[in-house]
Amino acid sequence: MNEDKDQNNILEEVTSKEYQYGFYTNIEMDTAAVGLTEETIRFISAKKNEPEWLLEFRLKAFQHWLTIEEPTWAHLHHPPIKYQDIIYYAAPKKKKQLESLNEVDPELLDTFKKLGISLEEQKVLAGVAVDAVIDSVSVKTTFRETLSKHGIIFCSFSEAVQEYPELVKKYMGSVVPYRDNFFAALNSAVFSDGSFCYIPKGVHCPMELSTYFRINAANTGQFERTLLVADEDAYVSYLEGCTAPQRDENQLHAAIVEIIAEAGAEVKYSTVQNWYPGDKNGKGGIYNFVTKRGICKGDHSKISWTQVETGSAITWKYPSCILKGDHSIGEFYSVAVTNHYQQADTGTKMIHLGKNTKSTIISKGISAGFSNNSYRGMVRIAKKASNSRNFSQCDSLLLGSKCGAHTFPYINAGNETSVVEHEATTSKISEDQLFYCQQRGIDSEKAIGLIVNGYAKEVLNKLPMEFAVEAQKLLAITLEGSVG
Amino acid sequence: MQRGKFDMNPSEKKYSILESGLLNSFESSLSRSSNEITKVTEARMLAFEAFRKTGLPGRLNEKWRNSKFDQVSEQSYEVVSSKPTYTQKVNEIFQCSIHGFTTQVEALLNGWYYTSEKKTLRTMDNGVVIGSIQTAQKEVPELFERHFGKIAKYNLHGYSHINTAFFNDGLFIYVPDQVHVEESIQLIKMVNDTQKLMINSRNLVILGKNSHLSLMHCDDSVNHQSSMINTVTEIFIGENASLDLYKLQNINNHTFLINSTSVVQQRNSRLKVNVITLNGGAIRNELNVDLQGEGAEADLNGIYLMDKKQQVDNQVFVNHAVPNCNSSELFKGVLDDESSAIFNGFVLVGRDAQKTNAFQRNNNILMTSTAKVDTMPFLEIYADDVKCSHGATIGQLDHDALFYLMQRGICKRDARLLLMYAFAAEVADKIDIQPLRVSIEDMVKKRLRGELSICEKCVLHCSTPDIPMEFEIDMSKI
Repeated sequence: MNEDKDQNNILEEVTSKEYQYGFYTNIEMDTAAVGLTEETIRFISAKKNEPEWLLEFRLKAFQHWLTIEEPTWAHLHHPPIKYQDIIYYAAPKKKKQLESLNEVDPELLDTFKKLGISLEEQKVLAGVAVDAVIDSVSVKTTFRETLSKHGIIFCSFSEAVQEYPELVKKYMGSVVPYRDNFFAALNSAVFSDGSFCYIPKGVHCPMELSTYFRINAANTGQFERTLLVADEDAYVSYLEGCTAPQRDENQLHAAIVEIIAEAGAEVKYSTVQNWYPGDKNGKGGIYNFVTKRGICKGDHSKISWTQVETGSAITWKYPSCILKGDHSIGEFYSVAVTNHYQQADTGTKMIHLGKNTKSTIISKGISAGFSNNSYRGMVRIAKKASNSRNFSQCDSLLLGSKCGAHTFPYINAGNETSVVEHEATTSKISEDQLFYCQQRGIDSEKAIGLIVNGYAKEVLNKLPMEFAVEAQKLLAITLEGSVG
Repeated sequence: MQRGKFDMNPSEKKYSILESGLLNSFESSLSRSSNEITKVTEARMLAFEAFRKTGLPGRLNEKWRNSKFDQVSEQSYEVVSSKPTYTQKVNEIFQCSIHGFTTQVEALLNGWYYTSEKKTLRTMDNGVVIGSIQTAQKEVPELFERHFGKIAKYNLHGYSHINTAFFNDGLFIYVPDQVHVEESIQLIKMVNDTQKLMINSRNLVILGKNSHLSLMHCDDSVNHQSSMINTVTEIFIGENASLDLYKLQNINNHTFLINSTSVVQQRNSRLKVNVITLNGGAIRNELNVDLQGEGAEADLNGIYLMDKKQQVDNQVFVNHAVPNCNSSELFKGVLDDESSAIFNGFVLVGRDAQKTNAFQRNNNILMTSTAKVDTMPFLEIYADDVKCSHGATIGQLDHDALFYLMQRGICKRDARLLLMYAFAAEVADKIDIQPLRVSIEDMVKKRLRGELSICEKCVLHCSTPDIPMEFEIDMSKI
C-alpha cells in the first residue's frame, strides 16, 4: 500500500511541477574578470595557489585551445557560444576550513534542504559521504576520517593538488589529455575544482562516494575536473548528482572525468544529471559538454558507467572505456530523457585493446515535446584484441510526433576472433499497453509514466537504491506535460 | 599549362593531381559537348563550380573516413576520352548466356554508348525507348528534362559533381505507362583502352505508371588497366510501377569504381535491388532511395565477398518523406585476407512519415585478423508512429556448426565453405529470376572457393588482369 502511495505521490509531482530545483543562493562570490585570456588562467592558478607545473599545464592547454574549433559533428543546434562573455572563476569567499556543519553558511544548508539532501540527514542515513561542490570550490567534506582509516583519499581537486601532487601529476591528463577535444582543452585551461579520489591497493571502499554539483552564480561556467584512481584490486562506487537553479541565460558546463582502474580494480560511476533544461519554450538551460573517460589499465579490471540524463538544454557526453588490460570489462547503461526543446547527443565509446575484453552497452532514449535525442556510440576492436566481445542495445522511445530520436552507431572491427553485435529499435509506446493500463483505470499520463519507468528499468536497476528513487522522480518530472 | 576560365586560384587550396587534372580539362570537355541542350550545359557548369569549391572528398569527411578513394586523387587519369568507333559487335565480344535467361544487351564502351546501329535511340514495339542518353536529350527533351539532375540530389560529393560536369554518355531507358517489359535489360559496361581512364557515365531510367522492368547493371568487363569508373544512375519509378535492379560487380584488383544510384519512388511503387560484389580494387556503391509516394516499398540487398586488399563500401540512404512506406536493407559480407568493408546505412524518417516500417541489417564475417569492417547503421527519426530497427554484427563462422559438420565427416575446408555459402545465400535467395539466381549462387560458390569467378561462357578475360588481353576471344569457350 505504502508503495502505491509513493507511486501516486511521484506521479502527482509529475503533473504539477515545472522545475523543482530552480532557486538561487545568495553567497558572496569572488569572481574573475569576464573573458578568457592568459591572465584569467594565471589569476585562477594564483587564486588556488597552484604549483608551477599545473600552471604550465593550463597554459599549454589554453594555447592548444586557441588553435582548434568547436566541434560541429553532433546532432545539436544552438546559438554560438561566446567564450569571451563567460566568467571563468567564481568561488564562495569563505576560505576557512570548516570542521562542523555549524560553520557552514546557513544559506548553503538551506539550499541542500531544498534539494532534500541535507548533510545531517545524509550523515545519519545510508552512510554516504558527501563532498558538496558549490560553484567549483569544495566547501565541506564529510566522512573524511572514516575513509582515511582505510587509506582512501577523497577530497577536492585543489586540496589534492596541494597535498598529493605526485598522484595528481601522475594521473591527471593520462586518460583525457588536454589535446583530446575542444571542451577538454578548455577545461584543462580553466578548471576550477572538482573531486579527487584514490583507493589504495586491495581496499574495498566501505561506502558509496557521492558529490553533488550545483551551478550557482549567474554567468559562471562550471569546469569540474574529477580524477578517480582505483589501485590494484580496489573497489569503489562513485555517485554524482546534479541539479541547478533556474535561470534565463545559457550556462556552459564543460567537465572532465577521468577514471583509472589498475589490475583487478572495479569502478562503478553513476550519474544523475538534472541541470536546468530551459523552460517550455526552449529558453535558457545549461549547455553540458562533458568528456568522461575511464581506462581499464590492468588485467581483469572493470569500469561501469550508469547515467540518467534528464536535464540540460544541450547534452554532449560520451562516457567511454578504454579496455587496455586483458580480460577487462566495460559497461555503459544510460537513460536519456529529453522534453520541450532539449537536445541530447550522448553515447559511449568502447575501445577494445586487450585480449578477451568484454563490453556491454544498454542505452534507452526517450524523447518528448520538440526535443531531439541521439545515441552516438563507437565500438572499436583493435587488431590484437582477440576474443573480444561487445553487445550493444540502443532503444528509442518517441512520445509525440514533434520530437526526434536518432541512432548513430560506429562499429570498427579488426579482429577475426571477436564478436560485435549491435541492435536498436525505435518505436512509440504501444497502444495495447496504454489500452490495458487505461482499462484498469489508470489515466494516460500516469500510464505513460509507468510504461516509461518500466522501459528504463533495465538501466535504473543498475543505480544504487537512493539514486534509483530520485531518478524515477526525475524521469517523471521531465516528461511532465508531454502527453497531449 | 593553360588554365580554363574557371580560374583555380591555387593560393587558396592545394589541389591533388586528379583534381588539377579535372580542373584543367573541363574547358575542353565542355567545348566538345557544345551541341548539348542548354539545360545540360548549365548543369555541367554548376556542378563544376560545386566541385571547384568542395574538391574530392578526403578522409576528414566522415562518409569517406575509411575509404581507399583518397588513393585515387593522387593518380592521373585520362578524363576526356574520345568516342570509340564501332568495329566489333557487342554479341561477338560479350556473351553472358545464363541457361534459360535471355537479356537484351546494351553496352557502354569506355563510357560511350556502343551499338552497331546508326540510330542511337530506338523505340521498341511496346513503346519502350532505349539508347544513348546523349541522343535522348535531343530527341526526347521533354522526358529528359523532367528528370535529369533532379533525382540525384542527396549526398552529393566531389565525384558526383565531376560526373555531372564531365559525363560522356550513358544509357537512357523509358518504359511507358502500363508496359510490362518481359525481357530483362542488361547493361554492360566495358572498359578497354591503352590509357588509364577516368570514365564518367550517366544513366537515366524512367518507369511510367503500372510498368515493370528488370535491369541488370554489370560492372565486370574491364581490361587490365587500372581505371576509375564513376557512374551516376538516376531512376524514376512511377505510380504502381516496379523495378528489379541487379548490380553485378566483378572487376580487377586495381580498378576503382563508384556506382551511385539514386531512385525516386512514387505511390505504391516497388523497388528491389540486389548488389552482388565479387571482386574489385575499391568499390563504392551508393544507393539513395527517396520514397515520395505513399505505399512505396524498397527492398535493398547486397552480398560482398572480398579478399586481397580489396575494399567495398556500401552507402545506403533511404528517405521516408511520406507515411505508410516500407524499406528494408540487408547487406552481408565475407572478408578475407586484408580486405575491408564499410557499410553506412542511413534511414531518415521525416515528420510526416507515420506508419513507416524501416529495417536495416548488416552482417559480416571476418576470416583473418587483417580484414576490417566498419559499419555505421544510422537512424534519424522524427515521426513517432513508426517501427524502425537496425542490427549489425561482426563475427566469425559458428564454431559449433563447424564442429558438427566435421563430426559428420565433412572436411574443414568444405564445412567452412558450406557455412559461408549458407551465410551468403540469404541474400542470393532474394533474387526472383530463377535462372539468374542459380547462376549467381554458382558464382558465389566459385568465389568462395577462391576460383576466378568469370561468368560462365563469357569470353572476355576480365578477371584475369595479369594476362594482358584486349578483347581476345577465348576459343575454348565458343
